[in-house]
Amino acid sequence: MNFPKIQTRAESEWENLQASLYILIGTATCGRAAGALNTLEAFQAELARQKTSAEVIEVGCMGLCYAEPLVTISKPDSFRVVYPNVTPELVPRLVEGYVLGDDPCLELALGTLEEDEEGAPYIPELSRFEHERRIILAHCGYIDPQNINHYIAQGGYRGLDRALAMSPPEIIEEIGRSGLRGRGGAGFPTGKKWEFCSRAKGSPKYVVCNADEGDPGAFMDRVILESNPQQVIEGMIIAGYAIGANKGYIYIRAEYPLAVDRLKVALGEAYDLGFLGQDILGSSFNFDIELATGAGAFVSGEETALMAAIEGKMSTPRPRPPYPANEGLWGKPTLINNVKTYSYVHLIIEKGAGWFSSIGTEESKGTAIFTLAGKINCAGLTEVPMGTSLQEIIYDTGGGIANDKSFKAVQIGGPSGGCLPESLLNTPIDYDSLREAGSMMGSGGLIVMDEDNCMVDTASFFLDFVTKESCGKCTMCRLGTLQMLRALEDICSGKGKMEDLDNLLELAEDIKAGSLCALGGTAPNPVLTTMRYFKHEYEDHILRKQCPAKVCPELTAYYILPDKCDRACEHCILTCPTEAIKGEKGEVKHIDQEKCVNCGTCLEVCPPEYNAVVKLSPVTSLPPEDAKAKERGIAQGVLG
Amino acid sequence: MTVTEKDKLSEVISKCKPERGNLIPLLQEIQAELGYLPQEAMQEVASFLDIPKVEVYGVVTFYNQFRLAPLGKHHVRVCMGTACHLRGGKLILEALERELSIKVGQTAPDRSFSLERVACVGCCMLAPVVLIGEEIHPKMTPFKMEEDLTPYRQEI
Repeated sequence: MNFPKIQTRAESEWENLQASLYILIGTATCGRAAGALNTLEAFQAELARQKTSAEVIEVGCMGLCYAEPLVTISKPDSFRVVYPNVTPELVPRLVEGYVLGDDPCLELALGTLEEDEEGAPYIPELSRFEHERRIILAHCGYIDPQNINHYIAQGGYRGLDRALAMSPPEIIEEIGRSGLRGRGGAGFPTGKKWEFCSRAKGSPKYVVCNADEGDPGAFMDRVILESNPQQVIEGMIIAGYAIGANKGYIYIRAEYPLAVDRLKVALGEAYDLGFLGQDILGSSFNFDIELATGAGAFVSGEETALMAAIEGKMSTPRPRPPYPANEGLWGKPTLINNVKTYSYVHLIIEKGAGWFSSIGTEESKGTAIFTLAGKINCAGLTEVPMGTSLQEIIYDTGGGIANDKSFKAVQIGGPSGGCLPESLLNTPIDYDSLREAGSMMGSGGLIVMDEDNCMVDTASFFLDFVTKESCGKCTMCRLGTLQMLRALEDICSGKGKMEDLDNLLELAEDIKAGSLCALGGTAPNPVLTTMRYFKHEYEDHILRKQCPAKVCPELTAYYILPDKCDRACEHCILTCPTEAIKGEKGEVKHIDQEKCVNCGTCLEVCPPEYNAVVKLSPVTSLPPEDAKAKERGIAQGVLG
Repeated sequence: MTVTEKDKLSEVISKCKPERGNLIPLLQEIQAELGYLPQEAMQEVASFLDIPKVEVYGVVTFYNQFRLAPLGKHHVRVCMGTACHLRGGKLILEALERELSIKVGQTAPDRSFSLERVACVGCCMLAPVVLIGEEIHPKMTPFKMEEDLTPYRQEI
């Protein structure tokens, strides 16, 4: 079948759908975690009970994770309405109200997808979307990821059709002129990479998609693969044609089973329609894509380690040069790009380099995709033009800090990135500004911390992650990070000395210099940025044995205020897991600090009308007897 | 290995091409069938692919996904991603170690529970998150964790 025919068929299928009544349910991993599959079942049961034949379609994620499960009801003769947090209990009401009747249940709605409807906001006008510019997230959550015709009807595969009419050098030039830089984190110009690989001698050549998204707190690649996998596949086919490769691999984490399943379906569909395989769209170009599932190693995200993993070896990096463009998979020229990078390709070919480079800043073109998580009101996914400030993303898109707490830091780029303070919130998001601030774009995880988070503990958390995930090849990365972690743990437990800070700085430099790959090379960043911007917290831990955020267990104690304790209540006694709380009925309750494991259950269960449990730091703010008991507990190792 | 395990192993191996690049997918398949990778299975794989046993063992112990021993009935995974950490993930892990009387990475002697930490399950808006089997337990506290364990305990 030729492309216009495929297109006509897809468009008519889409039009028929628009002329019918249908329901979209977001069943990406985030939706499922919030119970979307129960909602789906409830819809199917209710529709069957009411003998209605509305189509229920599982879609991906719109990026509004805080509002999951998210349901959209689309009616041919009325406007489309999006409902947040749809639990199974709400389903009969929605079916009765809007599927069968004329009541759009706007009191339950997040908004509408058509303008100028009274009673509910127009979704693109929500403050959440004020700064957004959706390019590769545009169709996520609106189309069926397992129906290639939905993608084609939205303009999918037009880029490939156009590319096949161009010469490979023309494509590479177009990508180069667009200013696209690698979205895996380092920001290398994509056009250059393609050019190097196309010029490289050796055959066969390979195209690899890096979908080994390992940063804790980053999940945009997963969302793209679960919501609109065809755009990644299309980008890879164009890349293959441009550099002269006939084989591609998608290396994806095994921890993303749903993304793997949806990708398998998507690949099958692309083969069925002739976008993959032999003689693609009659062009005599052949291209195949194979899935390789990772077996769980963070370091596999590094390009040379990733290739080792595809070859079935231990995933350890090797020195570069030679770069993969010259000597990659099985020693052959290999192009490696990230999921997001490939996603932009078909649009750049279709709409032109000028269109893409008109978005963003001078040095960083296009959009940036971030996951928002941590102490933020509206966690989720966002796509904004490069150059948008952190402030705008956190406060406008993310809805600000949760529970009326105050902002402390934002962590960008996972274990390779850094923690930036309030004074840098006006930093524009682009590769260079973030690097200057000591952080990096990384994969795009943006995690907000509030006053209750300890910066030393946070640094220690990332170092702990790196020590577990270091592949062990380079001594400085394997052992140097461990030394840094020990120093941080000492500081957290009140055993730190001021000279530890100098040692940390020295070690950080050595680790950067002595590591082959970016895992070690950037591992000290969380420590360096927290020391640079939150040095007072380190000093409080060392000099005053105080954890200002009251997080570090050795420096923090739970205490029941005698004048606030309601003597009749026994919530804390009944729930304390280590039976550390004593006090007969009618007596003031008291924590035996020697047994207390700092789990916080007493604080959680103490009724808000009493609010008698507090956290104290340093532990010397306890009554002297209790402080001594706490010391004894620590010495016995109760805190683990 | 039991007789059934051996049969399953031969079946999986018989479907695979003896190419070095197939080592990881093959091990993944075997683990999917058997639940873990017994020593004999690794030896079989080594001779099938004609590579040293130590190379198979190296790969198996390098990647987090592979297991050398079977899991307990209930597989408890505590998310240790950044968002979960900031909301007290470590306290949840400690609570589970206390409640189940095992350390992270261990399986209870009666094979009732296995406790593991995972890097990030990507449900950051529900932090801190614990998975028991495939069930997601969102917004945990040490106290809620203790309560959520009860039905699983009765099911042993």
